[in-house]
Amino acid sequence: MTTETARTAATAQPAPTTQTTPTTQPASTNPATPLLRVEHLHVGFTRGGETRPVVNDVSFSLRAGECLAIVGESGSGKSVTARTIVGLTGANAVVDAETLELDGINLTTVSEKAWRSIRGRRVGFILQDALVSLDPLRPVGKEIEEALALHGWGSRAARKRKVVDLLESVGVPNPAVRARQRPDELSGGLRQRALIASALALGPELVIADEPTTALDVTVQAQVLDLIAGMKERGVSVILISHDLSVVARLADHILVMKGGSVVESGSAHQVLTAPTHQYTQALIDAVPGGHTRGERLGPALDASLPAPDTRAPLAPSDGPVLEARDLVKRFRGPGGAQSTAVDHVSFTLDRGTTLGIVGESGSGKSTTARIALALTSADEGWAKLLGQEWTSVTESRRRHLRNRIAVVYQDPLSSFDPRWTVERILVDAVAQADRPTTGAAARSERARDLLRQVGLSEQVLSRLPLKLSGGQRQRVAIARALATEPSIIVLDEAVSALDVSVQAQILDLLVELQDRIGLSYLFISHDLGVIHHMSDTVLVMKDGRVVERGTADDVFLRPRHPYTQELVRSLPTLEDPGASTARPGGPSAVDTLPAGAAEAAPR
Amino acid sequence: MTALGQPLLTKPVSAKLAATPWGFFLAIAVLLFFVVAAVFPAALATHDPYAMNFANALHPPSFEFWFGTDESGRDLYSRVIYGTRESLLIGVGATAVSLSLALVLGSLAALAGRFASAAVNRIIEVLFAFPTLLLALLLVAVIGPSAMSQVVAVGVGTAPGYARIIRGQILKAKDSGYVEAAVALGHPRAWILRNHVLPNALRPLVAIFALSVGQSIVWASSLSFLGLGVAPPSPEWGALLDAGKQYITQAGWLTVLPGLVIVVLALAATTLGKHIQNILEKDEK
Amino acid sequence: MTPTSSSDTLTPPAAPAPSGPAGGGARASRRFPWRLIAGKLVGAVVVLWGAATAAFLAQTALPGDRATIILNIRAGQAIERTPAELAAINQEYGLQNPLLVQYLEYLRGIVTGDLGTSYQQHRPVAAIIGEQMWPTIVLTLTAIALAWVIMVVWVTLTAGRGTKVSSVGAVLDTAVAGLPHYWLGIILLLVFALTLGWFPVISGTSPNGLFLPALTLAIPLAGFMGQATRAEFERSLDQPFVITARMRGMGDWGVRLKHVLRHSVLPAVTLSGWALGATISGAVIVESIFTRSGIGSVLVTAVNTQDLPVVTGIVILIAALYVVANILVDIAYVIIDPRLKKS
Repeated sequence: MTTETARTAATAQPAPTTQTTPTTQPASTNPATPLLRVEHLHVGFTRGGETRPVVNDVSFSLRAGECLAIVGESGSGKSVTARTIVGLTGANAVVDAETLELDGINLTTVSEKAWRSIRGRRVGFILQDALVSLDPLRPVGKEIEEALALHGWGSRAARKRKVVDLLESVGVPNPAVRARQRPDELSGGLRQRALIASALALGPELVIADEPTTALDVTVQAQVLDLIAGMKERGVSVILISHDLSVVARLADHILVMKGGSVVESGSAHQVLTAPTHQYTQALIDAVPGGHTRGERLGPALDASLPAPDTRAPLAPSDGPVLEARDLVKRFRGPGGAQSTAVDHVSFTLDRGTTLGIVGESGSGKSTTARIALALTSADEGWAKLLGQEWTSVTESRRRHLRNRIAVVYQDPLSSFDPRWTVERILVDAVAQADRPTTGAAARSERARDLLRQVGLSEQVLSRLPLKLSGGQRQRVAIARALATEPSIIVLDEAVSALDVSVQAQILDLLVELQDRIGLSYLFISHDLGVIHHMSDTVLVMKDGRVVERGTADDVFLRPRHPYTQELVRSLPTLEDPGASTARPGGPSAVDTLPAGAAEAAPR
Repeated sequence: MTALGQPLLTKPVSAKLAATPWGFFLAIAVLLFFVVAAVFPAALATHDPYAMNFANALHPPSFEFWFGTDESGRDLYSRVIYGTRESLLIGVGATAVSLSLALVLGSLAALAGRFASAAVNRIIEVLFAFPTLLLALLLVAVIGPSAMSQVVAVGVGTAPGYARIIRGQILKAKDSGYVEAAVALGHPRAWILRNHVLPNALRPLVAIFALSVGQSIVWASSLSFLGLGVAPPSPEWGALLDAGKQYITQAGWLTVLPGLVIVVLALAATTLGKHIQNILEKDEK
Repeated sequence: MTPTSSSDTLTPPAAPAPSGPAGGGARASRRFPWRLIAGKLVGAVVVLWGAATAAFLAQTALPGDRATIILNIRAGQAIERTPAELAAINQEYGLQNPLLVQYLEYLRGIVTGDLGTSYQQHRPVAAIIGEQMWPTIVLTLTAIALAWVIMVVWVTLTAGRGTKVSSVGAVLDTAVAGLPHYWLGIILLLVFALTLGWFPVISGTSPNGLFLPALTLAIPLAGFMGQATRAEFERSLDQPFVITARMRGMGDWGVRLKHVLRHSVLPAVTLSGWALGATISGAVIVESIFTRSGIGSVLVTAVNTQDLPVVTGIVILIAALYVVANILVDIAYVIIDPRLKKS
């Protein structure tokens, strides 16, 4: 833990010039007074007379111009820690700290009035997804202006001018126009910039960014991270909170890894990323999928020995591809009657026992393609054949007998389960849909247990409702249901995207294992390049409904030819050693020269 | 210990009513009392509800006459007890009419073919444009005032609102992920309708039934209050209100107390309905 | 406070930022949603036509010979009528025509503002309603305005204030929403008019007599809208944009009034069109309690005497008001939530 000796409070004026060489051992070598000191912080939430601890004995300190990253999975207490720093932990929170000090102010004793002068003015806060983090009913300019007005900044006219300046400084093109638009009228990147502008309005010396890029596409994420890097260069201290180690790798000077409310590892970014001392950190690093993990497990092997592979021989394999799609086109009628083409002449072939990955950003048409492949959405043009038979071009009643050959797992498994049905009923129902249905209630129930074992769940979950399961368990049940009909293909539509990285690793390992044992074919849809690279044999890159690049996974990701793929790959944050400098080689050192507007799409 | 916490995070509102079990038990106790009054009025009454005694006319509530007496000296409390059966029957009957109608209209609107469902949707919207009481008044005008016409009028008057709810529920279930999952498993349409859509869509009916009985009694008594319900000599609650109306200035209790009984019953039914709703929602969310 | 809190931490870029591909992002926010309104107008006409049809069907549904019924209603006694008497009535009301002709005549009349002739008073329904409608409309609008004030103040004060306060608030919403108008009206009349004497017992049309009837209608409506508003209010209080506002230094009251309230009234705005109809029919009862002039006594008398043209005339009028109110509600909704314009 980077505890520092408390020094007499000299004004911790951010001095950018002294911050260009972050050191790995700040306590002994850098004489600057920490801007923020947190020692032995405990937070609990009281409900019904009982206090449930969520943050245990957390200590850290942060000097001007430094970036501290707090990394952890859901429930690790990272966001609660951040909110405690601005006194907004929550109504039922009990906060206890030996020291909680911002620039010499003892935060444990400040009044609500004093808090309000600290928030916004001394500390800025950036949450994820500006679509909901800025008031959706108001223009973004009003939100930024509110930050100024709350602290009595300038006259009304001066504030209006300042809003435009602020938007411009975070790389929003046409700031005067954008200021009058609401978050839903701006693209994801632009509204996130507006959110950042509102946090920076009064020039706070500390900015806390809580998952600032989580909902964003990878190219936009890179731009927002550049913006935060620029902030840091100017001497603003940053606390960056993320579930994703690779996101913080570039910016962080120090990294705090939290798990279950406690700090399990703390140190310089270099040390944490390259020589982690705690096995949880190591596991987190190992769990990140990518090109380097292909063919390897992401997590430790399950100790429970898996049941013997299904002894029943797979149904007679047909020659040729299991799924073949030609020139699929799907158009949607947008607001105002304008037509948009969601899928534009997409063709692909999925071979037995292989994985075809489809990668693209939001709105690229990858999920619509998956739905057409499942014959849940009809294509306007083109066709798909399943196991050599007519699939999308025939009526539902004529293709129903083929439905058990292709299964699906969604991002949100919960909504795909009838809320009244127990896990057992869900699985038994699916088992009965197989080509060679297991007959008899007892045999079906036994088959359901068998499926649970295959996905690594105990039979205790049989009697439970899906609602009572954890996210990882639900996804396993969804996979078990997909396996129940003994399909040839499973379509995985962002199937691991909502999971914590360690759970994601387990599910990916399970999928690979099942493929090896049963010879399944996967159509794997994801926005996550690392996951696609890890899983896929062949890859399609989609943009605006079109396939812009296809090839083997390594070809596409290691030797991308299309400029868009190249941009995607370049934007992908990596776990590589952050090195000594936060600026990218040869890159701009300030936000001013960001290729902001260029890469931003116009509001849709 | 320092409490830095600010009121920021709050409990969702649905948790609140569910978190007060005493409200639930109180509601059940009240409803049980009225059921007993309906089945065995003699067990709860203190006087003969029809025995006139002009010496005690318009006696205010007292130890002897809990709810006071009316202009003929009849004990109001006993009359309320004896009126329970008819009042409850009107409420339950109107609810049955209302929900049957709503079920037919709502299901057709959500499940029938494109043209038919559009037509039924329009019918629901037209009926919904009439306020409940007005639709009921229109029906009373056609049929003429009586207990039976109250049942029909209130039933039809409240049906459009419930039809909209049922339609919405069915559409929501039809559009759900689990229905799509069932399609992907190869289940036929009719099977999915029977096993997923209807069971999920019609789950809230229990809660709606409880809510609706309370509301129906209020609507029926409103008709009676306007002199368009059961005729006054009957101790039916609405009729008591109608009869007491002329004595508001001298004997307020003649309207206030039967009204209070209706309010208590309606509130108990509402509370019960909301609790059931919360329990169902907890299972789903 | 360090002197950095001024504006110079971020300097404008040296080179002007490239302008976005489309400067036309502002297009949607200025335009009036004509398409939306046009669609609503078509729906409104359909509802009115349906209402008129239902009204016509109700008139023909009276059991027995209509001419006889009309004469009986007019005379107040049921006796056999001579063919000559009946022929005159049939002539007057066009009852000798086929039903379809009667129906078309009826529709034509409504379009020209002719709602038919009262059986009992032998006068045009439009005139009878016209004389009595205004006090009812004043009462209804006052009640709705009052309900909004009560509801907004009550919810803003009590929502999201810890478990105890908010559950008291929520329970009161529910309890009050279910109060029958007649009961609440009698209580208010007994307490404030008869006992305390603050208001007249007989309201008539006096402005002073407006308050208690309006309050009687407003309280249950406030409870009803309050339930929806409270749920949305408490949901909004937990939304990220509220947390962002707190993080930039806004206080609890600022957040409630400037951000949360606007979001939370949306469900209640939607209910307001429906509430207008419900309040008008509630006015029928309230007018009877407070002896206030208005459409109420006309309607009750007409229902009692089965004077159907008057009843259906009022029904059609209220359906029309409902339709107009809903169009206003749609406009109000878009003003409060401009996001809808895009869809």
